[in-house]
Amino acid sequence: MKIVLSLATRIATAVPSLIGVIVVTFLLARALPGDAAVYYAGSSATPESIAQVRKALGLDKPLWFQFGDYASRLAHGDLGTSLSSGQPVLHDLVARLPASMELTLCALLFAMAIGLPLGIAAATRPGKAIDHICRVIVSVGAAFPTFFVALGLVYVFYFRLGIAPEPLGRLNDTYFTVPPTVTGFYLIDTILAGDLAAFDASLAQLVLPSISLGLFALAPIARIARASMLASLSSDFCRTARAMGLSRTRIVYGYALRNAMLPVVNILGMVFSFLLGANVLVEQVFAWPGIGAYAVNAVITSDYAAVQGFVLMMAILYILLNLAVDLAVAAIDPRVRYDG
Amino acid sequence: MSVPLLQVDGLSVNFRTRSGTVKVLDDVSFSIDKGEILGIVGESGSGKSVLSYALMGLLDDNAQIKADTITFGGIDLNGPASALSAIRGRELSMIFQSPRTALNPIMKVGKQIEDVLRRHGPVSRSNAKAAAIAALARVRIPDPERRYEAYPFELSGGMCQRVMIAMALSCSPSLLIADEPTTGLDVTTQAVVMDLIRDLVRESRMSSILITHDLALAAEYCDRIAVMHAGHMVEIASARTLRSHFAHPYTRGLFAATPTADTELNDLASIPGNLPDLRLDLPPCRFLHRCDRRQADCETAPVPLQAIGTDHSVRCRYPL
Repeated sequence: MKIVLSLATRIATAVPSLIGVIVVTFLLARALPGDAAVYYAGSSATPESIAQVRKALGLDKPLWFQFGDYASRLAHGDLGTSLSSGQPVLHDLVARLPASMELTLCALLFAMAIGLPLGIAAATRPGKAIDHICRVIVSVGAAFPTFFVALGLVYVFYFRLGIAPEPLGRLNDTYFTVPPTVTGFYLIDTILAGDLAAFDASLAQLVLPSISLGLFALAPIARIARASMLASLSSDFCRTARAMGLSRTRIVYGYALRNAMLPVVNILGMVFSFLLGANVLVEQVFAWPGIGAYAVNAVITSDYAAVQGFVLMMAILYILLNLAVDLAVAAIDPRVRYDG
Repeated sequence: MSVPLLQVDGLSVNFRTRSGTVKVLDDVSFSIDKGEILGIVGESGSGKSVLSYALMGLLDDNAQIKADTITFGGIDLNGPASALSAIRGRELSMIFQSPRTALNPIMKVGKQIEDVLRRHGPVSRSNAKAAAIAALARVRIPDPERRYEAYPFELSGGMCQRVMIAMALSCSPSLLIADEPTTGLDVTTQAVVMDLIRDLVRESRMSSILITHDLALAAEYCDRIAVMHAGHMVEIASARTLRSHFAHPYTRGLFAATPTADTELNDLASIPGNLPDLRLDLPPCRFLHRCDRRQADCETAPVPLQAIGTDHSVRCRYPL
């Protein structure tokens, strides 16, 4: 009961952030340089037609009135229409978000699968070879820019070795049928459609972009995992566990690791948001039809509604992400669970 | 005389550090009989905790441990670590200072006791739970079924120390090392915890090593007291003998610095000087530079621990 209550409290605290985000995105669009009415009216506009457009867009009304209008349209799920695609922004975002999410999640999975064991191994054998290997990988992962790694991987594995498929999107639809959209994640949708060949193909498409993106996330994960494992292993309670004769496996994985996961989970939230940002570059290299590429395009063409929609969606994602991190921490740490 | 439970001869511990080798313990010898409580007293840095950690095998990798003999209950512990790891937590157990941080913060205390029980014997899950609750009841924790489900942060410091004691005693060890078990607890709780440790040790005919900087506490609860200074064991005697016939100048200093019911604060004397830097070359007597009785040969001639009475030894060329 207590847990449900504190969970509800935590979700309720997300509401003010959400309101703040809506206000900021509204003001952001108003603060962008240029007059939206002039832009919408087109190049051959007369002062009369601009005034007409201004009236049609409601830009002649007071600011608070415009905000009310914006908020009520948001409440109905209307984010406006994108100039460049001619589609409702919400439709565009919903169509493109799964591509980015799938890529980001795969990258995160890759980074965790390598980074966590590496950090743990380095912490349990400080000063040994694995510790130095960890340090080198962390430095390299942090030092090389994502797009450089992406281009390098494409050059070696596609152009030189020919192992990887061509870096053109999520699935080559000349050879494979795009699965009917259920979750929007090709890896899941192809399985649901029973099309294993398409599953293999979309997995193959994911490998290089996931690694390019994941290498960037690997460094902080491995570093934090190592540092917090070291702290955990030298803690008083691990000394107690040793004095009580518990096995090394039990001490490392049952006692130290669970405590060390707290900072790791917190850093995961940050890493995930970095990845959403870094997506923009990787999506360009791999022609990935995600939201990063969409947002870049929207900014370049001054597509206000699309930019606004993108910022709003990212902000909501961050809020949800922080909520998920808090819930994960609460699941691990009873002290957080019973707080307030 | 019977064979002692624990016999330590010529134990030395050095720490290799970047700024040189620290000679933390030098030629420490003592023994404990079955059912006996031995107090080890000394100021901070005297090596008393390192001594207990060395016995438990809890020192870091940079510690070099050398000894002529360490036998415990007939087992030779002066060799590979496997002999020790077979009995640690079962025959030889330890409790620590600051009990709140010494327990795993994100695990129910009952589960932590269960972990120890399951490690040292084939116990079924339900039996382990019953045994853990029994262990909590044994240290006089009220409502043990409910406390089994508690996390350390939900318990007071004194309660956490009782949980520690319950955990350490869950497998009925024959020796319990208590490293400053009352540090960080308030005075009334200190007395309760110390009474509990003494009662449990007496009840189950265990032996115990009580490590403390508090000479008065040791004098009250221990059968014998060993005084440590700068890595040397300078005097060891029964509690009664030590109180009336202390022979080492350092022990005299400790007593003069210990308040009793009829001393005034102004009467307390501090011991001049500091502990010597253990990284340097040290004279045979490490108390030399703080001693008002020193003679010229204190600097050169070796000072062995010598018996000056029944069960009373002192490491001083010119004892009181």
